[in-house]
Amino acid sequence: MAWMNFLKPKNQLEEGGRTGASVHSDAGEPERTCPNCHKEIPMSRLWANGLVCACGHHFRMKARQRIAQLCDKGSFRELYAAIKADNPLDFPGYHEKAETARAASGETEAVVCGAAKIGGHKCALFAMEPEFMMGSMGSAVGEKITRLFEYAMRYRLPVVGFTVSGGARMQEGLLSLMQMAKTSAAVKRHSDAGLLYIAVLTDPTTGGVTASFAMEADIILAEPGATVGFAGKRVIEQTTKKALPEGFQTSEFVLEHGFIDAIVPRGQQKKYLADLLAMHDGRAAS
Amino acid sequence: MTAAYDRVKKARESGRPTGLDYIGGIFTGFIELHGDRRCGDDPAIVGGLARLIGQSVTVIAIEKGHSAKDRARRNFGAPHPEGYRKALRLMKQAEKFGRPVICLIDTSGAYCGIGAEERGQGQAIAENLMEMSTLCVPVISILIGEGGSGGALALGVSDRVWMMENAVYSVISPEGCASILYKDAGKAAEAAGSLKLTAQDAKSLGIIERILSEKDMGKPEFYARIREMLVQEIGTLGRDAELVAHRYERIRALGTSAVGKEQA
Repeated sequence: MAWMNFLKPKNQLEEGGRTGASVHSDAGEPERTCPNCHKEIPMSRLWANGLVCACGHHFRMKARQRIAQLCDKGSFRELYAAIKADNPLDFPGYHEKAETARAASGETEAVVCGAAKIGGHKCALFAMEPEFMMGSMGSAVGEKITRLFEYAMRYRLPVVGFTVSGGARMQEGLLSLMQMAKTSAAVKRHSDAGLLYIAVLTDPTTGGVTASFAMEADIILAEPGATVGFAGKRVIEQTTKKALPEGFQTSEFVLEHGFIDAIVPRGQQKKYLADLLAMHDGRAAS
Repeated sequence: MTAAYDRVKKARESGRPTGLDYIGGIFTGFIELHGDRRCGDDPAIVGGLARLIGQSVTVIAIEKGHSAKDRARRNFGAPHPEGYRKALRLMKQAEKFGRPVICLIDTSGAYCGIGAEERGQGQAIAENLMEMSTLCVPVISILIGEGGSGGALALGVSDRVWMMENAVYSVISPEGCASILYKDAGKAAEAAGSLKLTAQDAKSLGIIERILSEKDMGKPEFYARIREMLVQEIGTLGRDAELVAHRYERIRALGTSAVGKEQA
């Protein structure tokens, strides 16, 4: 469905979701309201600053925008672009939901994979797509990520991965759950081969992705203010009947509790990743 | 649709044998080992050494408890990160001493609480998934009641996965699914049908190898049957690199057919 790539993202999926969702209209320049400082920011200004508000708030970013911003010019070569799952359980409404997500996001699935260079360093790269069913992991996402780690093993490449996910995709039931096992097994093999994996957790990284490949990297980074956790906040409130502490399940919270290595603002990520890759350069050649 | 939800209700029935009942019925000489050596001991996960006829094994079970007091103490079988870390410690110990590992799974899910998040519930589950995939000893998991999402899978990355005929295994509870999709937890029965969470579903999806009959459940002959199956199955599983390679193939195939052969 190549024609779908020409459709403009509409953010239909965020209807009734975040107040900060962009409103595209054909008349005039779209603006976004920053959920942190509440200022209206013209999209052109946001673009120029990598979708980061002057106040420091990091807006969600599409997978291909990240790739374009991060990779050396012309270095990205996409892999496994055709892989998609077509409603393996005949789950009611899933086919339509996935097609809507395809139209809205311009992507076939909720992750984009490929080979790339960052600051001259070769790597295998994946970036999850927030506009495709909030980056949920079904069979196709699991298969693409697994193949990417296998590819990286074959060519002795480090893996750099950007996560954004609401968790496992419930419309694929147990098949989605099993992707946690599958991706974890692939990460383990890649790791046992002495190769580097760096994960960058972005808003939100939750559920089955947190409980699998997001938390399995050698070095785990996060963007400022991202939601990072396992269970949903509402579920925890309902279960415990307690108010959640301030800043619960943020990047800052998981850093303080020892589960990530560092918080790296978007503008510094390219250099940070290039430096980390450079320090492991000898590994790839062995 | 309701047939699936009937199974969910059966899987949750408080009269069903729990993990410790299975341990007592199948194995002899169980010696419980406590603690994750990091932070605490989670009563929702019980583990230790036992004899399976002639051989020593490591057995790990999620335990819901029977009496009201015991159920509360065991957090109704919803483990904290300490439980998963204890399980992993015991699995690594089993690997060191060459013992097969048997896991008995029965949980509505990993606990959703503030402390569980603070101590890395997601990280604990992730680490188990990774480490289990390369454990050099045979691992067999049996879902005996509820198989609630990642909290169940954290003991289920195995060479063989079996389910009791009325056990369920699901990515999300039918109630949770219904409240997200239909904004109505009352539509849980409908969601249960769509989620394909019964043992039959799991078998036809290639996620489990065997469905175990519940005939005479809880009686000595019931446990004797499972004991016999475990002994036989462990005998067919290899060791070390060959075993790990086969386990990878097994895990690697999960859901792969869903993305279509032509794309392989």
